[in-house]
Amino acid sequence: MALINSRSSISQRGRETSPHALGQNSTQRVMSLVIMATIPGLMAQTLFFGWGTLINVVWCSLIAMGCEAAVVSLRQRSVSFYLSDCSALLTGVLLGLALPPFAPWWLSLVAVSFGMVIGKHLYGGLGQNPFNPAMLGYVVVLISFPQEMTTWLPPLGLEGHNNSLTDALFTIFPLGQSVDAISMATPLDVLRENKSLTINELWEANPVFDGMAGRGWMWVNLAYLASGVFLIWRKVFTWHGPVGMLAAIAIMATLFWSGNGSDSHGSPLFHLLSGATMLGAFFIITDPVSGATSNRGRLIFGAGVGVMVYVIRAWGGYPDGVAFATLLMNMAAPTIDYYTQPRTYGHHKANKGLPKKD
Amino acid sequence: MDIVLYAIGALLALALIFGAILGFAAIRFKVEGNPIVDQINEILPQTQCGQCGYPGCRPYAEAIANGDAINKCPPGGQATINTLADLLDVEPEPLDAEHGQESITKVAFIREAECIGCTKCIQACPVDAILGAAKQMHTVISDECTGCDLCVEPCPVDCIEMRPVDITVRTWSWALPQPNHGKAGLIATDLRGQTV
Amino acid sequence: MNAIVKSPHQDIQSPVAGSQVIASSERKIWPLTGGVHPEENKHQSTSRPVSVPPLPETLVLPLSQHAGLPADPLIRVGNKVLKGQMIAKASGFVSAALHAPTSGTVTAIENRPIPHASGFYDLCIILETDGQELWCQLAPVADYRQLSPAELVEKVRDAGISGMGGAGFPTAIKLAPGTAINTLIINGTECEPYITADDMLMREKADAVIQGAEILQYMLGARECLIGIEDNKPEAITAMRRAAAGKNIDIVVFPTIYPSGGEKQLIQILTGQEVPSGKLPADLGMVVQNVGTAVAVKDAIVDGKPLISRITTLTGDALAAPQNVDVLIGTLAQDLLQYAALKTSELSTLVFGGPMMGFTVDRMDIPVIKTSNCLIAATEDEFPAAPDAQACIRCGHCAEACPSSLLPQQLYWHARAENHEQLMHHNLFDCIECGACSFVCPSSIPLVQYYRASKGAIRTQEAKHTKSERSKQRYEDRLARLEQEKAEKEAKRKANAERAAKLKAAKTAEQTGSDAKAEEDPIQAAIARAKARKAAAAAGNSEPASGRQASDRPLSAKQKELKVQLSMAKAQAKKTERALAAAEASAELKGDRKDIEQLKSNLAMLNEQVSQLQQAFDENSQDSASKDSPEKPVKVAKPALSDNEKKRKVELAMAKAALKKAERALAAAVESGFPDEQENTESFKQAVEACQANIKRLEAEASEPPAETAIPPSADAKPSAKAKAPLTDEAKKLKIESAMANAAVKKLQRAIASTGEDEQDTLKQQLVAAEQKAAELKQALESLS
Repeated sequence: MALINSRSSISQRGRETSPHALGQNSTQRVMSLVIMATIPGLMAQTLFFGWGTLINVVWCSLIAMGCEAAVVSLRQRSVSFYLSDCSALLTGVLLGLALPPFAPWWLSLVAVSFGMVIGKHLYGGLGQNPFNPAMLGYVVVLISFPQEMTTWLPPLGLEGHNNSLTDALFTIFPLGQSVDAISMATPLDVLRENKSLTINELWEANPVFDGMAGRGWMWVNLAYLASGVFLIWRKVFTWHGPVGMLAAIAIMATLFWSGNGSDSHGSPLFHLLSGATMLGAFFIITDPVSGATSNRGRLIFGAGVGVMVYVIRAWGGYPDGVAFATLLMNMAAPTIDYYTQPRTYGHHKANKGLPKKD
Repeated sequence: MDIVLYAIGALLALALIFGAILGFAAIRFKVEGNPIVDQINEILPQTQCGQCGYPGCRPYAEAIANGDAINKCPPGGQATINTLADLLDVEPEPLDAEHGQESITKVAFIREAECIGCTKCIQACPVDAILGAAKQMHTVISDECTGCDLCVEPCPVDCIEMRPVDITVRTWSWALPQPNHGKAGLIATDLRGQTV
Repeated sequence: MNAIVKSPHQDIQSPVAGSQVIASSERKIWPLTGGVHPEENKHQSTSRPVSVPPLPETLVLPLSQHAGLPADPLIRVGNKVLKGQMIAKASGFVSAALHAPTSGTVTAIENRPIPHASGFYDLCIILETDGQELWCQLAPVADYRQLSPAELVEKVRDAGISGMGGAGFPTAIKLAPGTAINTLIINGTECEPYITADDMLMREKADAVIQGAEILQYMLGARECLIGIEDNKPEAITAMRRAAAGKNIDIVVFPTIYPSGGEKQLIQILTGQEVPSGKLPADLGMVVQNVGTAVAVKDAIVDGKPLISRITTLTGDALAAPQNVDVLIGTLAQDLLQYAALKTSELSTLVFGGPMMGFTVDRMDIPVIKTSNCLIAATEDEFPAAPDAQACIRCGHCAEACPSSLLPQQLYWHARAENHEQLMHHNLFDCIECGACSFVCPSSIPLVQYYRASKGAIRTQEAKHTKSERSKQRYEDRLARLEQEKAEKEAKRKANAERAAKLKAAKTAEQTGSDAKAEEDPIQAAIARAKARKAAAAAGNSEPASGRQASDRPLSAKQKELKVQLSMAKAQAKKTERALAAAEASAELKGDRKDIEQLKSNLAMLNEQVSQLQQAFDENSQDSASKDSPEKPVKVAKPALSDNEKKRKVELAMAKAALKKAERALAAAVESGFPDEQENTESFKQAVEACQANIKRLEAEASEPPAETAIPPSADAKPSAKAKAPLTDEAKKLKIESAMANAAVKKLQRAIASTGEDEQDTLKQQLVAAEQKAAELKQALESLS
């Protein structure tokens, strides 16, 4: 009977568990959408700080993919399978965006390879890393090479702004030629170092201050904000993390805003739109692997990052604290998860903490 | 010199006071907990098979409580070892192969045509799961059989065999997805020598 | 990744439908937590009306079509059955009866493949149809209000109705919940893609649904009745609204979202309440029944017809004519698919149930059962093989899709680690396995399988724990019993020792009495003698004096023989007496006098024998001239020969034990297989051979004297032995020996299988010898019997 013969065709795959229909979502799509969403920010950064950022992004992406491929082949797995999820590419892109535009090539190499190899694969690869690999790499070079890491280029419209592609290339990869790039401190750095001037005086005295948050920085942050809103709209991640972080920064900055004096830490708007705030809020702390899992947990996680970012900016030893704050909260994420489990259907209250031993 | 004496005196007084408090607390707040032997015995599979080298589960539980290794129980397998390790707060070890290997659950089965009714297996069964009388055919109550296989050896006509417990529609359940279901689920050593 | 290629424009869609509350005309409804929107694919099978496929030649009726215990067959192979006749009855509280879907002959009751995710076989009744469709006697109820709800529940139970939505829980149990029911909810949601059976049922049999709902409402005494339907079934809604007009039934329409049709989810949507974990809807005063079940109840009460058919959706791209069919339970999938014009070459996956919760089967000779609401014959494009699972990135989409507000990704990690404690902490058993999490997972992780496997493992572990608890109890009880037996034995031994001491005392008293005869007062001596005699008599001993008298002069051969027999008979009598005493002691405890009576009669008989022998002996010794005694009591007692035989038997047993030991040692040596053990092995082998030779010799000796067969049974102290012919004894012995020889053969065979080649030859020789022995014994046994 023909029907019986066709058994062979239906038994090929054996029994599979339901559901048999699967959604269209995939890790690759999530990752590539996030990468696409960085483009406005990247463009703004390139516009204001020169070609360096773009070169960095490309260079970091290459290193990240290389590291991923190397480790994966060392672990005897399918390289194409792992590269195709785009997670390595995303790490590279984010580090490229976070590093100073004229960061030398070896600095990027150290940061990315540390983040990828030690921060990600030594923990077991994608999904297993407790810390955000990009931030881990960033922090390593920030601690090791503070000089290189805190100097940015003068933004567009300022003297010394260098918009030449070749100069950028040769600064990052000094092949015999050296370019005397003019470097400049970031607004956050200037503000932190400020001991005597009032905010108004500072704004006038230092050309990096322009508008609310420093020349160029405001636009870069606004670009990231727009991308972030887009990603929330596309349901790549929920609003909880970013809103928690931004709200916490705003509240902290308002609470500790002592007006215009020389001991001021800057206005809430300054903090929201300066440094890596928006990049952190929408692209760093939304990394699901190292963050909290439930929505309530993400809100707490974001708020924790926000508070710590402000604390580090205002009283810490570094001008910006997004990386440190993220790593610190990464450590707290499992605990947050244990205490923010949702209430299951049919239960009176949510479970909290670890299972009770009887 | 006086200072030294004062110090010693003060310390003595403190020691006495705290000692008294501790002593009082030890009696007053004594926890009437499950003795550790009972807790261990609770975890052991109660097959009473003696593969651990002790005449039953409780003796082995007592031995563990007195510091014997926790990895001598093949019927319990790794799951039991892990639970014991958890209870005793020690590192779980792999099963000691000297005492046998973890195998699927089996129950004894008497080929009744061959049984001569010698009652030897009845005497050997630690849980009285064999029914029969002298010169009468014996049979195993398979629901009560722990699969210890202590009845196999004494049988003079070798009519007892250990049969694996069949999985039926009612006891079947899905297995965990294969570790290589996805290429992501493995660690490097799993694939050593293989190309993916 | 072809899934992505297929629809590149689709958003990374939200698993969440949003929490909008859409009010229907009159009732407030509540939003579902989580949920997903899979492609519906319902239009394919709704274009044709429900049809009835031709009667198949065979029906396969699994005994387990419902949750709970399998049904108990009422018919035998070869029986003719009528349509609607009960062919298997419910075998317990949670069980359901089974009825013949048509008239015909039962050709077999055997294991057949059943619709189950395991792909296992289970017991089925095979019914050869005769095409006559002869109904059995039916008992319709004209007006159900004349019957009490309890009587109606009994009718539903007899009709074999179990939930037709998928779980198959016996309906009668749900209809007698034991608590007050306020709300009856009829589930017409049918939220799973592809399935349209309930939709078509509501379109075509809306009146029957309403009638069934009314009966159910009457049976439960429910104040209100809600019928929940998703808004993607406008025709069904219209038909139902029309049928329910003017009745105390609310048709509640709510937005389409998967899995709103789950019992708990539907209750949440319609009432805003949640069924507490581990409890039933009845605890909230609610009962949920599927629309199909309502129609089945109506059929059972109003028409008296049991559940023998159901509406099933046949769909999938591999069918040219997807449709709904009113199919007899037990119809094979292959017949149905053929009816729906299966394109065999395109079929890739056959799914029983829907795409979200159904299971695949790998063959087509599987019957439709009471819970089969859909058959999907899918093509490769329709249900492509799941892509390789990638790493979990904890994106949380699963948590947002979960209708039970679980944390699927946490469950996944703990399931992978087999951390059952954490799984329980994360409420694994509140998972309804709806598949929403797997559906949205960007890494294509088979989450539901992890949960199912973990649930299975936890259940198995719990069952194991329960069993080990029971084993522990049994073990401890056994120890206690052994202890008690030991104590009893000890007590018996003590009692015996006391008796022996008494006896000894009596003897010594007699002896001292006779010694002191010369010196003491003759009266005193006489008293002592009388006392001793009394004591001896009490001990069941015959006159010891007579023996002494006889020993005075040299004995003839005849006398000697008689004497031996006499002493043996005495020993026998003594033994019996001891047994009697013991029996009496235990009888006081147990109140069982039967054994004692037997022993007593036995003892009397033995005493008689003793006195007979005594007499013969006395006669013989009185006139020394040897002459044959005509009574021949000689034969009555155990001959001396038996002693010899006993000795030989013991020797034989010992030799056999030695052989066994030697064999075991040999096997161990062979197994270890070290070259330096070779010598040992040789010596072991020699020992084995020597033992075997010994046994043969002993056996030859044992079988030589046929005299033992002539022992009269009366010599045996045990009355039970009397009943048995000595021949059977012999046969039994041979049988046991033969069995043991067979066992030895088997053991050797096993040894051969497990050893190396060089050892095999010698073992094989042994095996041949053992086989020969077994054969010889068998022959002997046959010749005997």
